[in-house]
This record gives sequence, C-alpha cells and structure tokens, in this order.
Amino acid sequence: MGVAIVLALVVIGSVVFHFLSPWWWTPIASNWGYIDDTMIITFWITGAVFTAVVLFMAYCVFRFRHREGRRAAYEPENKRLEWWLAIGTGIGVAAMLAPGLVVWHRFVTVPKDATVAEIVGQQWQWAYRLPGADGHIGATDIALVTADNPLGIDPKDPRGQDDIVIQGDQLHLQLGKPVKLLLRSLDVVHDFYVPEFRAKMDMIPGTVTYYWLTPTRAGTFEALCSELCSTGHTFMRGGVVVEPESQYRDWLQQQKTFAQLQSPARTQAKNQE
Amino acid sequence: MVDVMHGVPEPRPAAETEDVELYHPHSWITKYVFSQDAKVIAIQYSLTALAIGLVALVLSWLMRLQLGFPGLVSFIDPERYYQLITMHGMIMVIYLLTALFLGGFGNYLIPLMLGARDMVFPYVNMLSYWIYLLAVLVLVSGFLVPGGAAGAGWTLYPPQAILANTPGQQWGIIVLLVSLILFIIGFTMGGLNYVVTVLQGRARGMTLMRMPLTIWGIFTATVMALLAFPALFVAAVMMLLDRLLGTSFFMPAIIAMGEPLAYKGGSPILFQHLFWFFGHPEVYIVALPAFGIVSDLISTHARKNIFGYRMMVWALIAIGALSFVVWAHHMYVSGMYPAFGFFFATTTLIIAIPTAIKVYNWVLTLWQGDIHLTVPMLFALGFIVTFVNGGLTGLFLGNVVVDVPLSDTMFVVAHFHMVMGVAPILVIFGAIYHWYPKVTGRMLHDGLGKLHFWVTFLGAYAIFFPMHYIGLMGVPRRYHEIGGIALVPPSAATLNEFITVAALIVGTAQLVFLFNLVWSLGHGQPAGGNPWRATTLEWQTPHTPPAHGNWGETLPVVYRWPYDYSVPGAAEDFLPQNQPPVPRTG
Amino acid sequence: MGVALIFIVIVAAFSGWWLSRQRLTAKPWLEVGVIGDAPEPASPMTAKLGLGTFLVVASSLFALLVSAYAMRMSVADWRALRMPTVLWFSTGLLILASIALHMAVIAARSDEPGPLRSSLLAAGVCSLAFLSTQALAWRELANSGHFTASNPASAFFYLVTAIHGAHVLGGLAALCRTSVKAFATPKNLVPTIPRELTLSVELCAIYWHFLLLVWLVLFSLLMRWTDDFIEICRGLLT
Repeated sequence: MGVAIVLALVVIGSVVFHFLSPWWWTPIASNWGYIDDTMIITFWITGAVFTAVVLFMAYCVFRFRHREGRRAAYEPENKRLEWWLAIGTGIGVAAMLAPGLVVWHRFVTVPKDATVAEIVGQQWQWAYRLPGADGHIGATDIALVTADNPLGIDPKDPRGQDDIVIQGDQLHLQLGKPVKLLLRSLDVVHDFYVPEFRAKMDMIPGTVTYYWLTPTRAGTFEALCSELCSTGHTFMRGGVVVEPESQYRDWLQQQKTFAQLQSPARTQAKNQE
Repeated sequence: MVDVMHGVPEPRPAAETEDVELYHPHSWITKYVFSQDAKVIAIQYSLTALAIGLVALVLSWLMRLQLGFPGLVSFIDPERYYQLITMHGMIMVIYLLTALFLGGFGNYLIPLMLGARDMVFPYVNMLSYWIYLLAVLVLVSGFLVPGGAAGAGWTLYPPQAILANTPGQQWGIIVLLVSLILFIIGFTMGGLNYVVTVLQGRARGMTLMRMPLTIWGIFTATVMALLAFPALFVAAVMMLLDRLLGTSFFMPAIIAMGEPLAYKGGSPILFQHLFWFFGHPEVYIVALPAFGIVSDLISTHARKNIFGYRMMVWALIAIGALSFVVWAHHMYVSGMYPAFGFFFATTTLIIAIPTAIKVYNWVLTLWQGDIHLTVPMLFALGFIVTFVNGGLTGLFLGNVVVDVPLSDTMFVVAHFHMVMGVAPILVIFGAIYHWYPKVTGRMLHDGLGKLHFWVTFLGAYAIFFPMHYIGLMGVPRRYHEIGGIALVPPSAATLNEFITVAALIVGTAQLVFLFNLVWSLGHGQPAGGNPWRATTLEWQTPHTPPAHGNWGETLPVVYRWPYDYSVPGAAEDFLPQNQPPVPRTG
Repeated sequence: MGVALIFIVIVAAFSGWWLSRQRLTAKPWLEVGVIGDAPEPASPMTAKLGLGTFLVVASSLFALLVSAYAMRMSVADWRALRMPTVLWFSTGLLILASIALHMAVIAARSDEPGPLRSSLLAAGVCSLAFLSTQALAWRELANSGHFTASNPASAFFYLVTAIHGAHVLGGLAALCRTSVKAFATPKNLVPTIPRELTLSVELCAIYWHFLLLVWLVLFSLLMRWTDDFIEICRGLLT
C-alpha cells in the first residue's frame, strides 16, 4: 500500500514540479522557436508515457500485492497486446521524430541571403570577424597566427583586407537578418552557445563548422562556452548584441579592418629597418 | 517442432559427466586468491568494483559540494574539479558498472544458471581478474603521480586531453590510457569465457530459449563489448602515441597559449567517432545485463512468468544490434556532415521501440501477479521508474534538433545519470539483495535493506530529476560553478544546494548497505538453498553456497523454461527448471 | 567509419544466420521435457570456438584501425609513403609460415611426428624471420627520415605493423608451447600424436591463417592498392 502511494507521489511530484518550476528555458531570441515547439511535443508525449507507466505500476503494486492465499495468473504472452503496444510506441516515436527531422532540415539549410560572421575560439576568449564591404571574409591559415594577426588572416588574400576583426568586445548582429556563423578554433574544441538562440555547434580545430540563425529580439546576450576546454572553461564568456540595422551600421563604422590593424604593425616594422 | 523427450533420461555416469580438466585447488592461495573458480573470481571482481566505486562516490561528493556550496571546500579549484569529474565518470562507467555486471554477475551466474561446472577457460578467466585489478591499481595511481589524475573529462576529447594546460596532462592522462588498455585486454579474456560458456557450457536440455533473461542480457552485452571495446583500444593507443611520440593522429595544427605546436593535420573528430563507436554500445553493455537481471527479479518476486519472454529476447537482440548504428547521436553538434543527423536521429528513436517493449513487459508481468514487496522487488520497481524517466529524456537528446540546445548542458548530465547511473545501480543493489543468500548462505537484513532502498531511490530521484531543469535553462555541464551566468536566477543556487544535500544523504545511505553486507555475513538469517522459491538452476545447487564444481555428482538436466511460476494445476507456485515432468498416465 | 560499419554488418549477418537456426520463435513454456543433447564443454569445438571468438575481436580491432586509417587519409596533409621493398619479402615469409603450419596440421592428423616437428620448427623460424624483416622495414623507413611523428602515413605504418606484430608475437608464445609438447611426446606412443596436441596445432594454424589474412589486408592498404575501395566506402557515407 505504502509503496503504491509513494510511486504515485513520485509521478504527481514530478508533474507538479514540471509545471511550477521557475527554472525553464530563457525567452527565445532567434528564429529557432521550431526547436522549442518540437521539445514541447516531446514533453507532452514522454510525460504522458511516464505518467501512464508509473501509475499503472503503482496500481499493480496496490492491487496485486501479496496476500495470504493469493496466486498469480499464468499468462506467458499476449501477441495482440504486445503488437498494439509496439505500434502505439512507433506512432509516438514518429510523432516526435517527424517534426524533429523537418526542423533539422531547416537547421542545416542556410538561406541564400544570409550574411556571414566568423567566431573564433581560443583558450579562453572569443574573437569575431565580419566581412567588409565586399561581403566575403578572407582565407585564413593557423600558421599565420601572430600577435599582430591573432586570427591568422592571409594578408595575400585581397578579400581579407577589409575584414573587420573584433577582439575583446561583443559581437553585434543585425536584428531580423539571417546570419551564417562560421566557427573556428585555434586550440581545443569550444562551443559558442547563446542559450537564447537555442542553436549551437562545436568549433573543431582544423576545420570550419557553422550554423545559422535569424536574431529576432534586440538585446545583449551572454555567450557561454559549451564544450570542455580545460580550466578556464567556466569563465569563457562572450557577448552578442542584437540591434536594428541603423544602430548596427553605426557600430560597424567604428570597427577597424584587418588592413587598418596591420598598418601600425607595418609602419613599426619599417621604422625598425 | 523439435522432439521433446518426455520422462526422465538416464543420468549419465559420474565418470562421464565429471569434467576431466576441471581445475582443483590445492592450497589456500589457489582456492581464494589465484583461484580459477568462476564463483571466487566473481566475488573478487565484485569487491574490487565496489571498492573503486566507493572512491567514485567520494569524488562525486566533492564535486557536488563544490557545485552546491562553491568555495566551501577550498582545495577544489577548477583543475581539481575537472580531475574529480573525469575520474568519477571513468570509474563509474567502466571500472564499476562494466566490471561488476559482466565480471561480477557474469562470472557468478553464467555457470550456475546454465548448469555448468565452471567457465570453459578457467585459467584465462583468472588472468582476466588479475589484469582488471592491475588496471584498477594503475588507474588509482593517477591520483599520486606528479600533476595529479587526468582532468580532461571522461570523454577525453583531443586536443584538450593532451594539451599542456589541461589538468593531469603530465602523467595522469598516460596512466589513464594505459589503465584503459589493460582493462580492455583483461575484459577480452573474461568476455571470451562468458560467450563460449554460454555457447558450449549449457546443461542438457538448456536450449537458448530456456536461458533466463539474465543470461541473455549478459551474453548479448558481452558480445557487444567484445566488438566495441577495440574501438576504445585503438583510440587509447593512438592518443597515447600522440601524447608520447608526438604523432598527429588526432592533433591538428594548433596554437596553444600563443605558441604553435608541432602537431599538424590530425582529426579530433576521428577520435570522437572511435570513442563513441565504443561509447554508445557501452551504454547498452551496462543496460542489457540490468534489463536481464531485473526481468528475473520481477518474475521471481511477482511469482509470475515474465510476460512475453520471446519478445524480451528479440528486443534484447534488436537493441544490441541497433546500438552499433547510433553512435553519432553523441556528435550532433560536432560539426560532422549534417546529413548524418537524419540517419542517426532515426536509428536512435527506432531503438526506443524495443526498449519500450521491454518496459511494457515488465509492468505487464506485475499485472495479476502475486507481488511480494521484498527488497529486490523494491529495487526492481525503483529501476523501472528511473529507467523510464531517463529513457524518455533520451528521446529529447536523440532527436537531433532538440539535442542542439540541450547538448552539453546539465540536462545531459541528468539524463545519463538517471538512465545509466541510477537505474543500473538500483539493479545491482537489487541483484545483490537477491543473490547474497546464495553466495553466503545468509539473508541480508530486511529492515536495513528497505531503509537503504528508500533513501537511495527517492534521494537519487531528487538529485537528478530537478537537474534536468537547470540544464533546460541552458547551464552547460562541466562548469565548476554556475553563479556567474547571467541567465541563472539566484533560486538555481538554492536548487543546487538541495541537490548537494540529497547527494550527501544518498551517499551516506550506502554506508548502511556496506554495514549490512558485512554484518549479515555473520548475523544474517540462514537462508537455506532457495529462499525466494525461484525456478532457475542456481537455486537448485546441492550446497549453499555452491561447492566447487557447483553440482556435486551429476550435472542437472533441464526440463522446462525458467519462468514456470504459478503454473495452473501445480502444487507449488514454482517449478524448478530441473524438475522432471510428471509422467503422463494413460 | 565505413570499414568498421561493413565489419559490423558482416558480424550481424552471421549472428543473424546463426540465431535463425536456434529456434528463437519456439514457445518454451509449451515444451516440457528434455530437448536435444548437451554440448560437450571439454570438446575441441570449445577451444576452436574460443579462438574464433577471439579472432572476431581482433578483426574488430583491425577493422577499426583500417577505418581510422581511411579517415585520416582524407585529411589534406596526408603524404603517401614509398613502402620499403623488404615488405614483399616479409609477406612471403608469413605465407611460408602459414603453409608450414598447414603441413603441420596434416602431419598431426596423419600421425607423423617427424614431419610435424619439422613443420612446426619451420613455421616458428619463418615467423621470427617475418618479425625481423618487419623490424628491418622500420629501420629502412627511419633511415629515410620518416619517424613516427614526421608524417601521418609513417605514423600509421608503425602503428599497424606494431599491432600486427604484437599479435604474431602472442601467437609465437602459443606456437612455442605447442612445439615443446610436440618435441616432448615420445615417438613410441599409440596413437603417436595425442588428441590435445593435434588440437593445439590446429589452433595455431587457424591463428596463423588469420594473421596472414590480416597482413594481406594491411599490406594492400599500405601499398595503396585499396585507395579506390576506400574512396567508394567514403562515397557511400557522404
């Protein structure tokens, strides 16, 4: 009797906790509301299954507990019941998988009009690069990384000269404009994770990974590193500012291009000669 | 239909059944230390695994203290914290769960449940244990070497795992990799035994479809482990070479702390593929024996045959096979080829179907049963609750796009602790309460067992259920404190304190269990040969604890399946597998 | 991971075929009585099954190594190596060792202790020579400036030959024990070759054939004859 009640209480407690929990996802700030929707579907289906299974179990424990003279039924199997349960489960699984795959398809299909921004991870800081007027970012090579060229931009690539390099500051994104984030790491695996955007992807040294999103809410958001990158992992934070086009343009004007950042270094080198 | 022989066959003369090569111990050392008897090896495996498990428990306390009360234990800096989580994870997954289920329960139960005298290669079996012990000692030595134990996270992702500023990079990682390699060698020796004994060592009449589900679970898991562990072996050897000889298997060209390193061109993703090619089957290597054991616990203590035995066997095999084509669901956000996401999400969610069938069959076994709420049964019920909970959250993480925001958050930590931490460990406890009487001849104390169960089950649920919601907020895992994150409300700190207190209580409850294990050895109620009135062969041995060679003069003959409980018309509510049928009259 | 997947599919297909003959659709609760006969735990079959299982594990190891090789090969910095020609010689030696053990099995089965001993000896010598030749290949490669760390291709070369060599070494330990037994058996016994010794010789032979097969696969991989195949595997996955 007691066991059945406790089992039922576990279910009730879990459901109550779920609905009353002040700990819930942050208000969304990107187009990936689809992910939230898929998760809500999953919550309903899995929650129903959990509740049903455990309550059924509690009922069985209550109803069929041992009493003097009781004898269990003898039922090796019930093909029909088993098939129905399997089919029902299959339908439930499909109901979660289908929207999931549809949304995944969107997630991996970058819209043609998306602008590009690059995020570079390095223990334990973030750097960003935006394309200049030409709309392209230049080639990079990790072998070219120096103190003056922290992102390893190829100085011979003309497309890279007007690239805007941002270090020690926040990344600004334009509200309502899809952006493809290219992800690079100089040392270990990092992951640029803004919980409000829902989307993320690891940055793997040696390759360039990407994901895309459309910021839908203006504001400043904290970015966390979401892949263990040694002792500074907890403190590896970045920031993203989402703002309307005009403010974004103003901000962009103030940033230095790769060529501008290089020129003082060059003059210095010339002076030494 | 095959021929089923009715009536009792002539027992074979003892000379024929007496295995000529059966190993006989001659001294105390060969009987209890370098023993080739599977039962002794099983106990050695179990005690070693429990001992190292206690270490992991203490590690988890320390990390929970840091999370709940940051700064309270002053020596836990980020470096120490990462060493704690790495060693905790490694120990629990490999050195405790894998070793205990396969090395411990496998060794004890396979020969006894199948009616064999011992494993088929006892000498190799003994070596398996000693290499395992060596692996454990090498692992523990990691705490003592300069620079301390490895702190790269239990997944050991390169390049981080072997870079200079990672805790334990100096010696810890080397020691850990060597220990893993030893473990795999030792396990392979044991695994060959388990597989071949199931194939060749079964008693007369013990067809595959008459094997208890415990054996099916252990057998399938062993086959999977034998195929999957080589992936970890390859990964460990290659990482060791990267670390020691400077090869570039996994190490791309990188700039570490401003300095370019000599590595170039290696692929960190290659490591992830190899690791998870092992790592995902590993989840089921732990789960399948638990599935099997819990089926037998439920059936025995509900006095009812397991519902849908055939479906249970097929589901085990299906899960085992499918688990080899789902590994990349751990890598949805690794930047691998996006189309893989469709494939691996589909396979991952398909595996939910056979798993769900198993759950339905467990609860349907309870339906119209005669449920004895013994301690093993309580643990089995606790397993179902936690496993269903943890399994269902797996549907979030397996569904590729839902995984994107949740991966590498505390949600994942809560999920895998619930499904492959708490759930299998509850089964381990249930199994120990169930088989302890056979191993020692005495019952474990019932009251202490119930206390142990309630604190462990409710406490563990209280730890891990709320933890999902911290992850849902977006708190990443492997943060040694979450206070500084903008999106985390102060109330989350209170929740973290609550979780820590629960963890301390659950940990303390394990002391009750340990006390019970020791106390009952001398003071427990004498159990008799078959205290649970169970049908399977291990309860039908002529001696309890079973003597060397298990079966005395003649090997048992099996006449029926292992679940003849409450058969209509039978006098008792159980018919042992070796009970001959009543001769038909007329 | 294409190669590893293909390997798993083969194992799964074989297991499926085996399971399909195990009456998994029987309704065990309806069958009361003794079914079939017990397998014999001490039979030669058990030892062979044990070895067979180990070979599956070892195959899994090599399949994964080949998979890793194929994946690493696709990275841009891969520079193919000119393999030392002495590898041809070592391949020949391993083939000879395999043949010698096959002869040993024939000799053991037909009760001829003399040929058995000489075949075992020949197999041992050939295998030792194989290992020395592999060491020569290592030296040749090192002399031409290819150390473990200098190039991924050379790193893989050292790795796969070392792991294969370790398996040969393990086999040699077993072969040693078998040879000692063969030389210790007095010639005037009837039957001349005890059953256990025949079994040991058979097990050694099976293991050597496996080693040869693995080496041929690795050799063709190192000689880059399988590049097209690997390309196809990769194409299948992406």
